[in-house]
Amino acid sequence: MTLALSTPVIRRRVARTLTYVSLVLASVVVLLPLLVVLLTSLKTERQMADDSGALTLPGNLLNFENYVTAFQDGEMLAAFGNTAFILFFAITGTVLIGSMAAYAIDRFTFRFRKLVVALFLVATLVPGVTTQVATFQIVDSFGMFDTLWAPIALYMGTDIVSIYIFLQFVRSIPISLDESARLDGANTFTIYRKIIFPLLKPAIATVVIVKGITVYNDFYIPFLYMPSDDRGVISTSLFRFKGPFGAHWETISAGAVLVILPTLIVFLALQRFIYNGFTRGATK
Amino acid sequence: MPQTTEKVARPAVVAPPSPRTRAPRRVRLRGMATPWLFLAAPLALLIVFTYAPVANMLAYSFTDWDGVGPELNYTGADNYVEIFTRPELFRVFFVSAYYLAASAVQIAAALYFATILSFNIRFRNFFKGVLFFPYLINGVAIGFVFLYFFQDGGTLDSVLALFGYESDRAWLGTSTSANISLAGVSVWRYMGLNFVLFLGAIQSIPGELYEAAELDGANRWHQFRYIIAPGIKPVLSLSVILSISGSLSVFEIPYIMTGGATGTETFVIQTVDLAFRFNKTGLASAAAVVLLLIILAVTWVQRRLVPDDKVDLT
Repeated sequence: MTLALSTPVIRRRVARTLTYVSLVLASVVVLLPLLVVLLTSLKTERQMADDSGALTLPGNLLNFENYVTAFQDGEMLAAFGNTAFILFFAITGTVLIGSMAAYAIDRFTFRFRKLVVALFLVATLVPGVTTQVATFQIVDSFGMFDTLWAPIALYMGTDIVSIYIFLQFVRSIPISLDESARLDGANTFTIYRKIIFPLLKPAIATVVIVKGITVYNDFYIPFLYMPSDDRGVISTSLFRFKGPFGAHWETISAGAVLVILPTLIVFLALQRFIYNGFTRGATK
Repeated sequence: MPQTTEKVARPAVVAPPSPRTRAPRRVRLRGMATPWLFLAAPLALLIVFTYAPVANMLAYSFTDWDGVGPELNYTGADNYVEIFTRPELFRVFFVSAYYLAASAVQIAAALYFATILSFNIRFRNFFKGVLFFPYLINGVAIGFVFLYFFQDGGTLDSVLALFGYESDRAWLGTSTSANISLAGVSVWRYMGLNFVLFLGAIQSIPGELYEAAELDGANRWHQFRYIIAPGIKPVLSLSVILSISGSLSVFEIPYIMTGGATGTETFVIQTVDLAFRFNKTGLASAAAVVLLLIILAVTWVQRRLVPDDKVDLT
């Protein structure tokens, strides 16, 4: 009888334990590869050579020599500079373009409005990865090949998801605000700048975060359009570690950690925005 | 993006001539031009960087252009025939199958973790963060992390050795093993996004539904089957589409880790190589058109199955 009574309780307990076991296991799968690379980045060349295995602790936990090598010989400083430059212009451009397009589409009735909306809608279906063969020729004909402006223009010009995010927000701003401003003598540009734009702050935050992380991580576009060594962004500069540092895993690991660290900091600081942003971005 | 195409019933914003303006005709004209002032830059960029490339690509695909010289011959459908008849060009589609299979695993895992984390669990935010974080990491860094992971005597071998299993196989050495390993990395990287999408959808289901179900004697499985599953159907179908087009356009992970060697070449790696290493712009364009058409077809099927306006989490 006691057995019959406690069976559901036991089953619940077992289920609960299994749940936690699976979660812990998944966390190990996610974290272990990263942790090992962090450990490797702190090891010395000698320690790497003595075949002690990947899971051993570094001799000195504060050995940052590899980071210095990665920073200096791997030209990571220049890469962070280039990435920051691209980030600044690409994000500013995306925010301005997206908010202007959303304002025009939502607040005006004009001829071909439906056509314009359809053009933006259909463009979301075209994956950028497929069209680069031909995009390359266009970028090249503008003389932007191998300049920082190529990725900036492409990030700005092909981000339609941001326009949709702005569109959703513009739609939620009551139109009576526009009208009362108009009665006070504001023209359309003033309305955009003084009323719509400031009220778009949550959308801007979303776009800045999502766009920022996407641009920071992108490899394909800088790799195709900026082959020169001094035009390296963090992705391509890290990729170039493969050659000179060939089997020097301690240096490559340091480079990888240097690239991951800013992402981790941003993630920990802005978790909630990031979840919302990517959910919104993916589902448009 | 619900209702984007729907005509919004709203009074025309074109301003009625205010008492101060003396020339109402000019005001109306300006009102008509204004939206185009705001749209000029976005539209120009859209056409230059999305529509012009698609049009050019279609045109190139019927030629033998090398992408550099002035010489260009019209070759009809030759490039398309080549893609489907030369086995070494067609082979890349089989590589996609590995990633497609991996996506199924990925979606199942994401669904599982989203379901259990939607219940009351300790350290929920920690687990959520851990599972999602890989999605945010730079692809090149992931490539290196896993090159070391699969390296001879690297992370994986060391872990196996802990359990007394001495392995001396080269994980990226044979075609099958390399593709499975790379597809595994892709699950590691992208599972977090599916997971967070599912979790968001599950959490937007009102809590009273579970309580009512529990009163009616529904267990966890019933709750999943009859409350959660229908609630996340739109997001699930979106994830399936993203996975299919994602499996076809894999580039970063295999390119960074193996460079497409040992039979891990994917469609996009091949196209990029054709266009930029072998200067076969014509053939590469045809390949890209094929990929584009497949992705459009898949998307179209999804839109037919699940009406667009149901995908809305916000």
